[in-house]
Amino acid sequence: MKIHEYQAKALLAAYGVPVPRGEAAFSVEEAEAVARRLGGSVVVKAQIHAGGRGKGGGVKVARDAAEAAELARKMLGMTLRTHQTGPEGRVVQRLLVEETLPIERELYLGIVLDRAQGKPVFMASAAGGMDIEEVAAKTPELILKESIEPGLGLQPFQARKLAYGIGLAGETAGAAVKLMLGLARAYEGLDASLAEINPLVVAGDGRVIALDAKINLDDNALFRHKDLVELRDRNEEDPLEVEASGFDLNYIKLDGTVACMVNGAGLAMATMDIIKHFGGSPANFLDVGGGAKAEQIRNAFHILLSDRNVRAVLINIFGGILRCDTLATGVVAAARELNVQAPIVVRMEGTNVELGRKILLESGLNFTLADGMKDAAEKVVRLAQ
Amino acid sequence: MSILVNENSRVLVQGFTGREATFHAGQCIAYGTNIVGGVVPGRGGQKHLDRPVFDTVAAAVKETGADTSVIFVPPAFAADAVMEAADAGLAVVVCITEGIPTRDMIRAWQFLRGRETRLIGPNCPGIISPGKCKIGIMPAHIHKPGGVGVVSRSGTLTYEAVHQLTKLGIGQSTCIGIGGDPIIGTTFVDALRLFNEDPETSAIVMIGEIGGTAEETAAAYVAAHVKKPVVGFIAGQTAPPGRRMGHAGAIISGGSGKAADKIAAMRAAGITVCDTPAEIGEKVQARLAGS
Repeated sequence: MKIHEYQAKALLAAYGVPVPRGEAAFSVEEAEAVARRLGGSVVVKAQIHAGGRGKGGGVKVARDAAEAAELARKMLGMTLRTHQTGPEGRVVQRLLVEETLPIERELYLGIVLDRAQGKPVFMASAAGGMDIEEVAAKTPELILKESIEPGLGLQPFQARKLAYGIGLAGETAGAAVKLMLGLARAYEGLDASLAEINPLVVAGDGRVIALDAKINLDDNALFRHKDLVELRDRNEEDPLEVEASGFDLNYIKLDGTVACMVNGAGLAMATMDIIKHFGGSPANFLDVGGGAKAEQIRNAFHILLSDRNVRAVLINIFGGILRCDTLATGVVAAARELNVQAPIVVRMEGTNVELGRKILLESGLNFTLADGMKDAAEKVVRLAQ
Repeated sequence: MSILVNENSRVLVQGFTGREATFHAGQCIAYGTNIVGGVVPGRGGQKHLDRPVFDTVAAAVKETGADTSVIFVPPAFAADAVMEAADAGLAVVVCITEGIPTRDMIRAWQFLRGRETRLIGPNCPGIISPGKCKIGIMPAHIHKPGGVGVVSRSGTLTYEAVHQLTKLGIGQSTCIGIGGDPIIGTTFVDALRLFNEDPETSAIVMIGEIGGTAEETAAAYVAAHVKKPVVGFIAGQTAPPGRRMGHAGAIISGGSGKAADKIAAMRAAGITVCDTPAEIGEKVQARLAGS
């Protein structure tokens, strides 16, 4: 789960990570009031779940509260496009208003899971404020790494190695060590899958402060973090994806014309791939789950057909233990109930395949049966043209 | 032959009395798997599916001589179940459970280091040595005893590949689902090594997907060590970056984990990589025929 910068900063502050003074604002009035409380010049930052906001015009400095109000008026409701939002962009609905800081240096800190080592890795770099993926690709030697021992956490000596390694000294290094230990505790305590401070700034007075912050949470661990679940912002998600998640369906909207309904994540990805291979474009990723129960198929149809770009549907179910006649009965009932007009190609494997095919063919609905994935993909791509 | 599990495996079911466990344990028994008992804390002394239930894995091992277990316990308790199985000295532990928090799996993974236990999964369909032993949730009837080893991060996509092989009359030695999570017990390299050493495995199918760099590591291993033909497929060539495609581990992040990079590494290692999932069977057939 992704959360906003202002939420991440509030969480990190609770773990002893210094962040700029500031508050979230949902309206022009609130933004102006926050700016007045802070006094002096402020930064107004658009809060969307995507990076690259500065370049897109989503981060601006105001000299005073009046100017902050003016900026807020422009930013709230605007569609912000960055390299991470895609061409459709995101509508800005929340702002973060913060104090400005005299910046001496910009550094990078981040924690991610190292899959091969089976533990988190803490990364630090003197090349802060830049796209860290680019730094990793072009100058990997500029990124220092320390493994975090599970159960023990980041040790002070490791944080010192990193702090001195990225060129900090004296009290500033000491403050950075404390901040790094806090960041590592936050990663563990929040069940994060990513925690990143970019940039970490050294202010004119030697303080180290998280100027930006990004935290992604492990969806599988949310059951033990009821407070963090509250941080979900549904406005940041595609409305269809929000609706699908309510049905416990694993759905991701794409921009193609061939809708697909598949059981299992790997097969669902492979189905998208084969549609593309035969010249079509997938409208979505959808995993209806291993069982592919009738109720879920109805819900899935409802979601798929709410996408106006969809011209044909491919159902690819490898049932195995699942009975194809049961599946076919569910598909027919759902298609009838929802009055599905789009052509539907069905490829299914499992027990009672013949009976399943018979039910589909005799339904009088617009079904095309396919034998194997290649046949299914070729047929549905043709029907979508 | 086969790897890791066979007709001599003595199998415990952890979380035995749950609905899914009951159904799938029944299917395994019907296949001929020697399920010797189950473990459910608080239900020790009872019988389920005509087999004894124990409170702890240690007690179950003592009574039944089990060497293998399959885990169906809910995500919040599954990592603990893995560690309990390892502590009891089981040789192979298959964790079917999906949705285990990464932090829990990190701890279980560390716990397993230095122990002899081999973990398969989590978030996987399990392992089957056709004709001998099925430990997991895969449909038995699509399999056929033979010489192709299959290793995969996916469930139903593995069934797809196996189904194609069987339809072409090509049997399998063992099929392992290694799981779709970022932290897993048995890796591609582990499975490739075992298949490479197994005298009756004559070819290997390796099915990967986006996320992480396990396929690249596996490709390097194949180039250096594997003399048997390897046919591969990578799912997620059309997946958008930054999005989690169903599996917790299936995400392109920070520029790594892309399908194109994996495919390139595998091809460079001499692996026959299929353009579409529909041609896995025929590519294996071709490699077995020597082309």
